Amino acid sequence: MKQSRIKKGKIFITIFLLLCPLLCLSQIQERFPKPDFETDYLRPDFLAPLPRAAAWEYIDIFVLAAALFLATYFAFKLRSRRNIFFLMVFSLAYFGFFRKGCVCSIGAIQNVSLALFNPEYAIPLSVIVFFILPLIVALFYGRTFCAAVCPLGAIQDAVVLKPTKVPKGLESVLGLLPYIYLGLAVLFAVTGTGFIICQYDPFIGFFRFGADFNMVIFGMSMLVLGTVVARPYCRFLCPYGVLLNWMSRLSKRHVRITPDECNNCRLCEESCPFGSIKKPDEAAPPANKEADIRRLALVFVLLPVLVIGSGWAGSLLNISLSHQHATVSLAEEILLENSGRRPEMTDETKAFRASGKPTEELYAEAKAVQQQFKRGGWILGGFIGLIICLKFIGLFSRRRQLEYDMDKGTCLSCGRCFSYCPYEQVRLGLLSPEEADRLGTKEKKIKQFRA
Amino acid sequence: MTQNRQKTPVKRRDFIRKSLHTVAGLTIGGLAGILFSKSSSEEMVWQLDPSICIQCEKCAVNCVLPNSSVKCVHSFSMCGYCDLCSGYLQPGTRNRDTGAESQLCPSGAITRNYIETPYFEYTIDEKLCIGCGKCVKGCGSFGNGSLYLQNRHERCLNCNQCSIARRCPSEAWKRVPASRPYILRGDESQKFLKG
Repeated sequence: MKQSRIKKGKIFITIFLLLCPLLCLSQIQERFPKPDFETDYLRPDFLAPLPRAAAWEYIDIFVLAAALFLATYFAFKLRSRRNIFFLMVFSLAYFGFFRKGCVCSIGAIQNVSLALFNPEYAIPLSVIVFFILPLIVALFYGRTFCAAVCPLGAIQDAVVLKPTKVPKGLESVLGLLPYIYLGLAVLFAVTGTGFIICQYDPFIGFFRFGADFNMVIFGMSMLVLGTVVARPYCRFLCPYGVLLNWMSRLSKRHVRITPDECNNCRLCEESCPFGSIKKPDEAAPPANKEADIRRLALVFVLLPVLVIGSGWAGSLLNISLSHQHATVSLAEEILLENSGRRPEMTDETKAFRASGKPTEELYAEAKAVQQQFKRGGWILGGFIGLIICLKFIGLFSRRRQLEYDMDKGTCLSCGRCFSYCPYEQVRLGLLSPEEADRLGTKEKKIKQFRA
Repeated sequence: MTQNRQKTPVKRRDFIRKSLHTVAGLTIGGLAGILFSKSSSEEMVWQLDPSICIQCEKCAVNCVLPNSSVKCVHSFSMCGYCDLCSGYLQPGTRNRDTGAESQLCPSGAITRNYIETPYFEYTIDEKLCIGCGKCVKGCGSFGNGSLYLQNRHERCLNCNQCSIARRCPSEAWKRVPASRPYILRGDESQKFLKG
């Protein structure tokens, strides 16, 4: 008796499911004939307002190129923090509040990844330019993009009130976050899961004057934190900063603190809110050089182990990461419902059942996505392992620093340190060369060492 | 010999740096080449396909704008101009009138105008419409399906990742070329077919 009732129920459900697609199709059905009006009634026009004109795309590209040129010119030729600051305010107004922050170079990483791996996606020209142009400039002149063009950098730079030093150890650990963020963003974009950089953009809500609760909380806390820790997003999260960092390290030219030769007067020592000024080493070449070499050799031996190990760890994440993909989470929900463990349907499963797609097909697709995540997890993990190894190699193969100079990777070319240098004051005609020379503390010692 | 030994480390580092610089330059160049070969000169914009839409009402609350850029649009060429409009009236309502209690629309965005017996015209006030799609569901299940949702591009900010598309349960949202930015019904469906 009970059996037959269940059977009946099953038949009913099957019929219902078979009818679902028909119901869906019947959405556009002429149930009522079009009326023949006897009065001279005219149907209103159908209005379909167009998106903003295509010309804007080219204006954006032009403004970007001009801003990059000016930023580089201000940093190298004029060496003027003031001009860089005003350009930064302009960029905040134009790229941020006027264009509402979309598309930006940081987010373009995802469009580029999607375009490289998904042949169906045609990437707009402006997105390519927003991605490539700042990188090219960084490869020749350093990160002038960060200093005065990026609206996200600008909004944080505007609130730097009382910057404090982040301890070196903490800084290098936090410095790993952008690499992880970059890896995840590329993985999520390539698999078609979504654009997480845009989803977790802290400041875009300010540009649009509207955001959901989490975005407001994240953005506000970033700005509040930014008053004491200068540019927290740029330094410890920004995935595009990773690429710019690489390019800037290899750059042909880079801004320098002094327009002349450093005399180690120490005046610029505390001027950088981002901790990007490298101090000269007090001691002669490290006595424990052999220990460093031994450590370096150890890192090289352990490198394959660490890379493969973290790659394996990354591949284990595939289950939890692939949850974020719409197909995988839908397949899981369908599985739950079909096994009877959850009685009520969600919007997603209702839509799926109405589409009439076979469940097996969905499961196969979800499996394929999980496989993609497994492969991507290997690459992501291996990438992080490699970065950690490279950090250690950098630590153990450090050369002796002779003068005050910026770390080319993390320096944003903002120009704050320029005016601290006595030779800059000489250049501006505010100080005589002799006075500047007298400020130097270790001039002789260094010169001797060089000779 | 000693001179050589002193000079070599600098030269080696310089050489490595220069070759890496060249490699980075070539990588960017190559990447740009590949991307340009895959690019379209046109901007892409977000749109929802009304034939996949299930009117889950998520469009109304998930847009980054305080008032969603998704609006109900009306294809007059498909409309039956019914007196008993299932897109306008609450199901089971007693009176066929414009009283608030009779209306299906939560924001009163649909105006009902008498044309001639027995026909009524229904127009959408987009300022009031929140894009919930309650009327679309009503019209689609008992009427001709002349009401449907569309993303209106004079309002849409065209975010790189549309926050409605991310939460759409039926995956009805997609990127479309900016020259054909709507997926329309009825006589209008021909409007954007020619690129």
